[in-house]
Amino acid sequence: MAAIKFNLNGNSQTIDVSPQMPLLWVLRDTLGMTGTKFGCGMSLCGACTVHLNGEAVRSCITPASSVAGKNVTTIEGLSADGTHPVQRAWIENDVPQCGYCQSGQIMQAAALLAKNKKPTDADIDEVMRGNICRCGTYQDIRHAIHRAVEIQGGAR
Amino acid sequence: MSTRRGFLKTGAAAAGGLVVGFYLPGNSKLGAQTTSDANLNAFVRIGADDSVTLTIHRAELGQGSMTALSMLLAEELECDWSRIRTEFAKVDPANYGVFGSPVLQGVFGSLSVRTSWDPLRKAGATAREMLITAAAQKWSVDRAQCRAENNAVVNATSNARLTFGSLAEAAAKTPVPQKVTLKDPRAYRLIGTSPKRLDTRLKATGKAQYGIDVRVPGMQYAVLERCPVFGGKVASFDATKTRAVVGVKNVVRISNGVAVIADNTWSAMEGRRALKVQWNEGALANTSSASIHNMFADLLTKPGAIALNTGNAEAAMPGAAKTIEALYEAPYLSHAPMEPHSCVVEVKPDRCEIWAGTQIPSAARDAAEMITGLPKEKIDVHTYYLGGSFGRPGQHVDEAIEIAKAAGVPIKLTWSREDDMQHDIYRPASLTKFQAGLDKDGWPVAWNARVASPSFSGLQNGVDRNGVDGISSVVYGIPNFRVEYHPPEAGIPVGYWRSVGCSQNTFFVESFIDEMAAAAGKDPLEYRRHLLAKQPRLLGVLNLAAEKAGWGTPLPAGRFRGVAVVNNLGGFNAQVVEVSVSAGKYRVHRVVCAVDCGQVVNPAGVVQQIQGGIVFGLSALKGGITLDKGRVQQGNFDRYQVLRIDEMPVIEVHLVPSHETPAGIGEASTPPIGPAVANALFAATGRRIRSLPIKAEQLI
Repeated sequence: MAAIKFNLNGNSQTIDVSPQMPLLWVLRDTLGMTGTKFGCGMSLCGACTVHLNGEAVRSCITPASSVAGKNVTTIEGLSADGTHPVQRAWIENDVPQCGYCQSGQIMQAAALLAKNKKPTDADIDEVMRGNICRCGTYQDIRHAIHRAVEIQGGAR
Repeated sequence: MSTRRGFLKTGAAAAGGLVVGFYLPGNSKLGAQTTSDANLNAFVRIGADDSVTLTIHRAELGQGSMTALSMLLAEELECDWSRIRTEFAKVDPANYGVFGSPVLQGVFGSLSVRTSWDPLRKAGATAREMLITAAAQKWSVDRAQCRAENNAVVNATSNARLTFGSLAEAAAKTPVPQKVTLKDPRAYRLIGTSPKRLDTRLKATGKAQYGIDVRVPGMQYAVLERCPVFGGKVASFDATKTRAVVGVKNVVRISNGVAVIADNTWSAMEGRRALKVQWNEGALANTSSASIHNMFADLLTKPGAIALNTGNAEAAMPGAAKTIEALYEAPYLSHAPMEPHSCVVEVKPDRCEIWAGTQIPSAARDAAEMITGLPKEKIDVHTYYLGGSFGRPGQHVDEAIEIAKAAGVPIKLTWSREDDMQHDIYRPASLTKFQAGLDKDGWPVAWNARVASPSFSGLQNGVDRNGVDGISSVVYGIPNFRVEYHPPEAGIPVGYWRSVGCSQNTFFVESFIDEMAAAAGKDPLEYRRHLLAKQPRLLGVLNLAAEKAGWGTPLPAGRFRGVAVVNNLGGFNAQVVEVSVSAGKYRVHRVVCAVDCGQVVNPAGVVQQIQGGIVFGLSALKGGITLDKGRVQQGNFDRYQVLRIDEMPVIEVHLVPSHETPAGIGEASTPPIGPAVANALFAATGRRIRSLPIKAEQLI
């Protein structure tokens, strides 16, 4: 066990866990923040995607020790009230079906748009192919990312 | 019919009464009932504050039932859509059973909308009439001069208005009308429109609670080590190293394995990794995909039970100008929803509580009754959003009850992805032999199909209807038509999977019809059109899809079309796809899908289901469960491939306007996509895909 200090959604957070414990389980079990989902445990599905210093990472293979001193953002902290452009676009387009993968999809898409202000379909494919949706919302995800670009650019 | 009687009865019994609020940790949207709420019936509760709470009696697993079922109630209730709240029903089959069953409550068979169409509109209308009666009594006027409108009752003479909230308590005491008039479809305000899904905001902000998200005070986390061979049992185990893992609290043996309990899921998983178990692997220890294939193939050499026999195929076949034969094969498939199984259970001496996402909540209560010995009234099942499911049963609940009972503390059992994929109840594999006799013009005169596919839903005269569904229901008007069935006992657990028998059988049939068209030298679309002449709704969607896809018009170089149709659970569906093939890989570029599912309650919801069903069917072309030494060889999304966004085709959905009774739509579009793609691949390569998943060597 080790005390690990990091910044979680803008607040300082100290946890006392095994250094190898994946961030996913720190969030879900230790801290009770269940918006980040467990899907595969092997970085194969993207359901657990969070931001580590602004980069999308798979929290299921991110050891707790590796977040010490860094900024972690989860779906709960992406915006206070669901108004991040990606969330607005998701809500406008009614993207989720079962919704289970969507925290990860949204976090991945938000990281994409932070770097690439106007991704092409090929850019979207390359970045989003790590996030599986079994309900098959991919077409709506694609539309919503393009819509988020407009919202981010100031469109209403 | 007892469903309707049930809610009317409850409506009367609960008049002015209160219901016990649920304990739903961390979900303020649910369980928020105040003591001022009045139950008008089992589906409608109205608060003095004008809030309208609708009870959703079918699990929400992505299919949009929460929104569609609310629309049915709200349409007749005349409440304010923007203010409704929803909650999931408790287990109460008397009120919420399927097809009026007093014991079975759940969601399957694309039943949510089609079995709720009448009962929920009547429930909404009944509540509305009670509110009108209460208003008429307050005003001392005739009911006939009152109408419900936008969460209030309006006095047509005086234009006075009483809100639903101000009437609710009195309305709950009025007699329950035995007969109500439902709206004319032309007067619908909600049905046929696409209001926003009620669950989107929660799901876009990480706030929706799934079974795996439940936390209750004092809860510990469990994982279960099961025998890797189906049917195997624990011989002995050594948990010494497990107990030394930081965070591990307990190790308990249950009927089908050894559970490791810890203060977090990861520690439980680490503890399991350190566990040493000796198994009695049982009868399947040497089973492999090859041995299963051989078992099926042996059966196909013998006549099977007769599933369907019209005309006389045996007599007609020798007279055919041409006969063709083909052997088709489909693998076992896992459901692989994104949420691995998880369930929270607390067993006390006098009470059992279950918190779970499950398609069949009544089965969870039945399991608890059997395992704990407690009577049903001492068992509560709290249902949550499911992160997909696709027909997967709830065996995790039984395990969690056993573990919680043994551990004496509240337990959350979580399945790993590997647990989920290697201990699923699979879509059965199938090996099916087809033979068709064609006349001199190429039209079919006789047809034989012999199916070998494990049974899971009972045999009637030797036939599991689900094993032959999609073959025995073929509507191509073939005069001499025979279907035989064998249920091989392979020992692999099998069950329902999105679109059930049609998931493999429509692939076989629609591929083989294409083979017949090719043998006849006819265009596959024209061939189907001719044979479906007496099937107006199937012909309708076929023609619509062909027209929208531009069948027969030139395509870009390297692109090829394929077509397939199905009627599954009343949802008529035709798909035309465009594919290309390059270096042993194929790509589906475009899917044009025409759908006739009767009255559409929520068009946007139907389009989502159609898209989702197509993606599910495209994944079925990529993945397969195989066995070696009785063990499933796939454990995660590396070896079990599913469709990803970079393979996503453009899907265009065209809905046929209709006021026919709504059909099931969740399973209509999965069956035809596979054969449409395979038929397009035949057009591209000249090679038939007769075995799934599609492999590179089939594309050269």
